Amino acid sequence: MATPRTRPRFSATFTPDVMSEIRRAAATGIYDIRGAGAKRALPHFDDLLFLGASVSRYPLEGYRERCDTEVILGSRFASKPIRLKTPVTIAGMSFGSLSANAKEALGRGASLAGTSTTTGDGGMTDEERGHSQTLVYQYLPSRYGMNPDDLRRADAIEVVIGQGAKPGGGGMLLGQKITERVAGMRCLPPGIDQRSACRHPDWTGPDDLEIKLGELREITDWEKPIYVKVGASRPYYDTALAAKSGADVVVLDGMQGGTAATQDVFIENVGIPILAAIRPAVQALQDLGLHRKVQLVVSGGIRSGADMAKALALGADAVAIGTAALIALGDNDPAYEAEYEALGTTAGAYDDWHEGNDPAGITTQNPELMKRLDPERAGRRLANYLSVMTLEAQTIARACGKSHLHNLEPEDLVALTIEAAAMAGVPLAGTDWIPGKTGF
Amino acid sequence: MPAFDLHERPLRELNRALHALRTDTNETLWRVANPDGRHSIAVGLDAPVTVEIGGNAGYYCGGMNKQATVIVHGSAGVGVAENMMSGAVHVHGDASQSAGATAHGGLLAIYGNAGSRCGISMKGIDIVVRGSIGHLSAFMAQAGTLTVLGDAGEALGDSLYEARLYIRGTVKSLGADCIEKPMRDEHRAQVYAKLEAAGLAGEVDPAEFRRYGSARQLYHFHVDNAGAY
Ligand SMILES: Cc1cc2nc3c(=O)[nH]c(=O)nc-3n(C[C@H](O)[C@H](O)[C@H](O)COP(=O)(O)O)c2cc1C
Repeated sequence: MATPRTRPRFSATFTPDVMSEIRRAAATGIYDIRGAGAKRALPHFDDLLFLGASVSRYPLEGYRERCDTEVILGSRFASKPIRLKTPVTIAGMSFGSLSANAKEALGRGASLAGTSTTTGDGGMTDEERGHSQTLVYQYLPSRYGMNPDDLRRADAIEVVIGQGAKPGGGGMLLGQKITERVAGMRCLPPGIDQRSACRHPDWTGPDDLEIKLGELREITDWEKPIYVKVGASRPYYDTALAAKSGADVVVLDGMQGGTAATQDVFIENVGIPILAAIRPAVQALQDLGLHRKVQLVVSGGIRSGADMAKALALGADAVAIGTAALIALGDNDPAYEAEYEALGTTAGAYDDWHEGNDPAGITTQNPELMKRLDPERAGRRLANYLSVMTLEAQTIARACGKSHLHNLEPEDLVALTIEAAAMAGVPLAGTDWIPGKTGF
Repeated sequence: MPAFDLHERPLRELNRALHALRTDTNETLWRVANPDGRHSIAVGLDAPVTVEIGGNAGYYCGGMNKQATVIVHGSAGVGVAENMMSGAVHVHGDASQSAGATAHGGLLAIYGNAGSRCGISMKGIDIVVRGSIGHLSAFMAQAGTLTVLGDAGEALGDSLYEARLYIRGTVKSLGADCIEKPMRDEHRAQVYAKLEAAGLAGEVDPAEFRRYGSARQLYHFHVDNAGAY
């Protein structure tokens, strides 16, 4: 009888993924760039559960008793705040990283659902303005395509300081996607690899930011809500300083948040998960007496009405989605499996968005591929998905006895893990223990 | 001729009144007294009028300007004429950092000196500086011209794209991917045209300027260039 041998064993440190990256790095000498958000497992909304009503609290009747969802953003200083039918908005994604059809579809879907969509690093296109009932115009360090006419035809302005996928990093759009139209909008030569700045060119720090927001308000006659978007890293201070600088709305994006193209090492190692960022941000607003006066929009890995309800219960006023919206349009659809395989990947794992070869016609500027995305039908799918998210959140809220999604509160939540309990500041399920707050 | 005293009335009223002007307005000359370094004076204009500011302006004076001519009879703070689209901004004193940042068009004429990052990320504007400019000027400058009668500080034109830089005096150092390029007749003619637009033609000889532009080595990622940073 042969001597029994140990089964070949993989290292938990040098996993097959790690080894393949080392080989890739050794072969090319350059870091890996990709799209999408952090792929590693992180403490997330899955680690929280709602406590439905029973004897101590009573629930609301599904389909019979109202559970409102409307949210108003920008009521602090803007004379024309934004009203959304449901507290989920479409996050800023640039024309350039996305095709014109994809941008149009996002506008159509958001408008059908009664919510807003957002431009991105690259300016506003007529397609997206035309098809978006409520459009937020991003003001980024690169200022690509920035102009006062678009500023005035926007419904709100979002000053971008950072993104969850890469707090402290600038944008990146590689040559394959810099077509004549994209280049023209950015005032750059076509075909070059383009990096956008990571700091704003004409202000640094919170005191300057306050002056900058003042300028944008003066230019738009104090009509438009002004958001300030930050990547989650020091959420307490960043939120406090954004509010102090005069923001109407703070947008907080966690590390799971998607990106069009960033170094993998950046995506996976910089910033903190959104679960850990919401409570400190809410605390900052509460300490300033501004909670619910300055609205908080959170994003980074939001996938469902449950995620939305949990974010709202922790104190956010609304959520934003990027990746989930792209999936609703048709991104990574198994129907294109053969083509994903030809690109050396598989449906669900495709993230080489920067290369511009997306079989689904979303993260591409290739006119042939782009044609595959019918903006009307894709917009309808997005609207369906947004309405499911809303219904799901209402289902949960009614079960907790709430007549408005905003009445959800941390007391409705418990955590499944000690980490999530500490980060979200809610008790570990079955105990009254909040690590760091009660007991030890 | 409307006169507006910022001691008497708030800035918000001035900007609103200027925004309300139509292209065919006959109120074409505005005088603003007592600016006292206030920020965001005459921002977001879009009518062919002239606004004369009688003193020093703070940050972002003339920001996002279209069509209008804004004249500062004093110095200007950070980001004067930032993101200007067309028209002109004249600064008779000095300008602070980031003058003309990201501007797409129009003329920014500074008759004193400009601080650091003059013309940062410029996208088509023409900037003329009679004095000198500070460090990191024309950083990532994409398009347009920067004409300087005096000297330039460190790291001129770092990572620049297609903007043209004309410097008459010394350049302390060039930034990554910025190189000197030969001055030909077309360039001398361009310098002359820009000086003329700023009212400085005849003051200096265009032949005394040197031209700097992008070596275009960083337009595509290449490992061998990693050392440039
Ligand atoms: C394709 C793509 C492009 C993006 N472009 C921008 C951008 O131009 N500006 C910006 O602030 N954020 C950008 N983001 C980030 C989103 O605005 C948002 O923060 C993020 O997608 C939210 O996380 P989620 O994808 O998990 O929903 C982009 C994201 C994606 C997926």
